Amino acid sequence: MSGSFRTAEGGRVERARAIEFRFDRRSFRGLAGDTLASALLANGVHLVGRSFKYHRPRGIVAAGTEEPNALVTLIRDRTRRTPNLRASGIELYEGLVAESQNRWPSLRFDFGALAGLAAPVLPAGFYYKTFMWPGFAWRRLYEPAIRAMAGLGRAPSEPDPDRYLNRFAHCDVLVVGGGPAGIAAALAAEESGARVILCDEQAEFGGSLLADTESRIDGRPAWEWLAGSVASLARSPRVRVLPRTTAFGYFLDNMVALAERVTDHLANPDPVLPRERLWQVRAKEVVLASGAIERPLVFPANDRPGVMLADAARTYLVRYGVKTGTRAVVATVHDAGYAAALALHQAGVAVAAIADGRREVRGELAEAARRAGIAVRGASGVAGTRGRQRIEAAEIRGLGAATAETVGCDLLLMCGGFTPSVHLFSQARGRLRFDVLLDAFVPETAPERVRAAGACRGAFGVAPVVEDGFTAGEEAARGALGHLRAARRPVVEAQEFGTGEAPGADLGEGRGRGKAFVDFQNDVTAADLSLATREGFRSIEHVKRYTTTGMATDQGKTANPNALGLVAGMLGKPVPEVGLTTFRMPYTPVSFGTLAGPARGELFDPVRTTPMHGWAAAQGASFEDVGQWKRARYFAQGGEDMAGAVARECRAVRNACGIFDGSTLGKIEVLGPDAAEFLDRMYVNSLRRLKPGRCRYGVLLREDGFVFDDGVIGRLAGDRFHVTTTTGNAAGVLAMMEDYRQTEWRDLKVWLTSVGEQWAVIAVQGPKAREAIAPLVEGIDLAAGRFPHMSAAEAKVSGVPARIFRVSFTGELGFEINVPADYGRAIWERVWEAGRRHGMTAYGTEAMHVLRAEKGYIVIGQEADGTAGPDDLGLGWVIGRPKGDFVGKRSLGRAEMVRADRRQLVGLLTEDPARGLEEGAGVVAGAGRGPQAEILGHVSSAYFSPTLGRSIALAMVKGGRARMGERLFVAVGDQNVAVNVTLPVFHDPEGKRLHG
Amino acid sequence: MLLVPCPWCGPRPEVEFRYGGEAHIVRPADPEAVTDEEWGEFLYARTNPKGAHAERWYHLHGCGRFFNALRDTVSDRFTASYEIGAPRPDGAEKS
Ligand SMILES: [Zn+2]
Repeated sequence: MSGSFRTAEGGRVERARAIEFRFDRRSFRGLAGDTLASALLANGVHLVGRSFKYHRPRGIVAAGTEEPNALVTLIRDRTRRTPNLRASGIELYEGLVAESQNRWPSLRFDFGALAGLAAPVLPAGFYYKTFMWPGFAWRRLYEPAIRAMAGLGRAPSEPDPDRYLNRFAHCDVLVVGGGPAGIAAALAAEESGARVILCDEQAEFGGSLLADTESRIDGRPAWEWLAGSVASLARSPRVRVLPRTTAFGYFLDNMVALAERVTDHLANPDPVLPRERLWQVRAKEVVLASGAIERPLVFPANDRPGVMLADAARTYLVRYGVKTGTRAVVATVHDAGYAAALALHQAGVAVAAIADGRREVRGELAEAARRAGIAVRGASGVAGTRGRQRIEAAEIRGLGAATAETVGCDLLLMCGGFTPSVHLFSQARGRLRFDVLLDAFVPETAPERVRAAGACRGAFGVAPVVEDGFTAGEEAARGALGHLRAARRPVVEAQEFGTGEAPGADLGEGRGRGKAFVDFQNDVTAADLSLATREGFRSIEHVKRYTTTGMATDQGKTANPNALGLVAGMLGKPVPEVGLTTFRMPYTPVSFGTLAGPARGELFDPVRTTPMHGWAAAQGASFEDVGQWKRARYFAQGGEDMAGAVARECRAVRNACGIFDGSTLGKIEVLGPDAAEFLDRMYVNSLRRLKPGRCRYGVLLREDGFVFDDGVIGRLAGDRFHVTTTTGNAAGVLAMMEDYRQTEWRDLKVWLTSVGEQWAVIAVQGPKAREAIAPLVEGIDLAAGRFPHMSAAEAKVSGVPARIFRVSFTGELGFEINVPADYGRAIWERVWEAGRRHGMTAYGTEAMHVLRAEKGYIVIGQEADGTAGPDDLGLGWVIGRPKGDFVGKRSLGRAEMVRADRRQLVGLLTEDPARGLEEGAGVVAGAGRGPQAEILGHVSSAYFSPTLGRSIALAMVKGGRARMGERLFVAVGDQNVAVNVTLPVFHDPEGKRLHG
Repeated sequence: MLLVPCPWCGPRPEVEFRYGGEAHIVRPADPEAVTDEEWGEFLYARTNPKGAHAERWYHLHGCGRFFNALRDTVSDRFTASYEIGAPRPDGAEKS
């Protein structure tokens, strides 16, 4: 037997397949088809958790994912611990291990329950009012203590060992929800010829039909019709059915995100399968058939284990064959309470009384209850409950009555009506309308191509819901396909349970003994809401944040409608005037793994490596991240630290030669009869007059006159340029060039091609550079007179076609050899072999930065930080004088750009040569500190120069060029260090070495 | 995620595109001939309308082309896309 509360027969569980599982270290037996919640209830276990704030004992309230109380941690192994799962959503599997949360040392004897005794001093806004001062105390004292006491399950500490995948899908009609409305919609759309995706969060399709043994559809019992319909949909080549799949977010243009749980229900998942799969579905039309959520009632002590939603209890009975108690009291304001009472009565559960909050008790169901001998009390509610870890009695009191009647029971069912699940409709930016009869918001119109159907639109009863779903499916198919093929409409015979009306009855909330909970998961009571309104909160969004109602992991699925109704009542306003809180995604919690998918670890972000990466790694290079690139930063040898390696690399470049991987530079091939004209308009330089075989240091401005990028522009032929960009701006420069080419100067005949990945760049720099590479170069004479500084040529290196530029970013004689990327490493190794006898040393980006700073060469992103014009950077000389318009030129003449006190590039030398500065540090006039000190500028680059044997820095300083020789100060740590302003060139100011 | 209507590729997801700001802002043919104020207008002044907005899109991870589109800034709905240089299809002078 799988629990003493299991019925003798019935339900959808497999009676022959018993399943062993553990909850809080006790062994239990359930059946295949059970959820953890139904299996626990079958074993008479109601107490499953402690509440968030007061540590009150709590039981299972619902049968679906709206469950606010029964949060458990599922434990597969050391690395697989999933906290905060709803017991009603966990499919039972053999050997399942679950633990309750938020209790210590055990669920029955919980130390934290003492907080419950302190409850009178923990009202709404308590944290805001109490833990405000002193500031440090929140972080150090209050928060750790509160977190230890309150809270949910613990997050796992180990990395997630499971795999998660990501899929994109397109369809004509996406149907969210596989209850009667969703199935009918999918059938209609499929028969109309549409490609359909049907998803449902549960393991089984059917929704409310899974707890329906009465209705007949198309002449067959509901379960038979359901099985046939789902099978025919699954067979259709046009349909994808996704069980265990939650539509959790609705995005622009009908993109809906689904989370599919692939293996969580399996005892021994196939390791080939991912644990979860994220679906990003783009649908032409969406049908939302997301059903409705039963509403609790707010009365004193409404949170004892054994107090449940009425329709949930009926579901546990009909679907799972589980009796949730032996003697029940039903409190309701909706006919569904009677349906539950009758079902339990027929199954042998004693129903001691029905307390109906409505003033008039009428209708067939009420009559049927009376005929069954159940005491029906009209205009009555629950004034309180008794019991400790399980309800023992309910106090029933007539409206306005002075005394209450105590009725013994171990089960108290409540039904406050149903709330349409409008979450996704609202996320689709749909407008909602308040329906007074239903006492709930229902969907109206939405800008997306979406329609709601069935209970989530406020339809109640199987026949209207199937009808509504079918119509929605037909209309969606017609919307997607533009035509309609006739589909056959199902015929429903169902005994409907009255109306969906729930006229928000006054049950005397808050009167009587004990807390009347509105939000079970966040422990918010009616008294908290009342306090908030007394303290002046009027907007429901403010009340929500002040009291935290609706802010728990269930996002107030069961709490929000009651909170809204109560606040409206307290303020004496109609509900629509109080407003509605925002429905945010995700509908139910989604694991981070699902959202991340395969983008973890090495796949988190693409890594770009150059063709020479392997060589650098083999040489022991340390790499730095530059965007997605890995760049060799320095090559430490024999126990060197970074400073030692950088000093050695710098000295080698200055004294012999160095080899540097420049492959990450952006490269754009500019081709066409108007290529020169185009570049002339883009760059500040005169490029029309640039001769083939020559190159130039190019500076690119934005239209506002600030320096955007720099690089080398080589002219290979009259109509062909090889343009380099900085590593970081490679894509940005091309996009900017395309913008002008396509939108401003559409008459120019010019084509732009990114060739950044096509060319590997081997930079050889230093006085021995020519000697090192000359033996490998065919086709050109590298002699100084024949191939002077700023020459460009196509040639061969070691037999491989190459583009060679004589350029320097170090101030030394230098060459940049471009070879096709596939040859990059081979040619690099040839150059390396040839250069060794000349003292060639590999250097990284750190030495490159030091070498360029010694020469005062700017770096985009450091000196040129987006607020510096060319003149500020000392680049006025680059601007071609006899030339017309270029991008940004007009801005250079604006008053702001020609002010004498703009920040200008200067060099800074500390008076103590050993003293280093920090990049970003402020430059001030005096040694004094404090907010009154005027900041004159900032340090943009700071290094120790091995060449000069001292610290050097570049800085952007107000009117800096007029301050040569001035003594200023730079903040370092807690003191101001004296510096002297110099020209921003520290090495070879005449530039003789370049031309060597 | 928006579907952006590229005139050449059809509706494509927004991640393939780069937004290009307001459309129909013409760079003065002779920048030296305009006043500082006019140049400042060209650089910085945008209409920022509530409703129909003519804007540029760059199909960077697609056909690589710039085009213009009309989008309602309230509903986020595109009502038209058209080639650079073509007039606004809704006939409005400026949005
Ligand atoms: Zn395109």
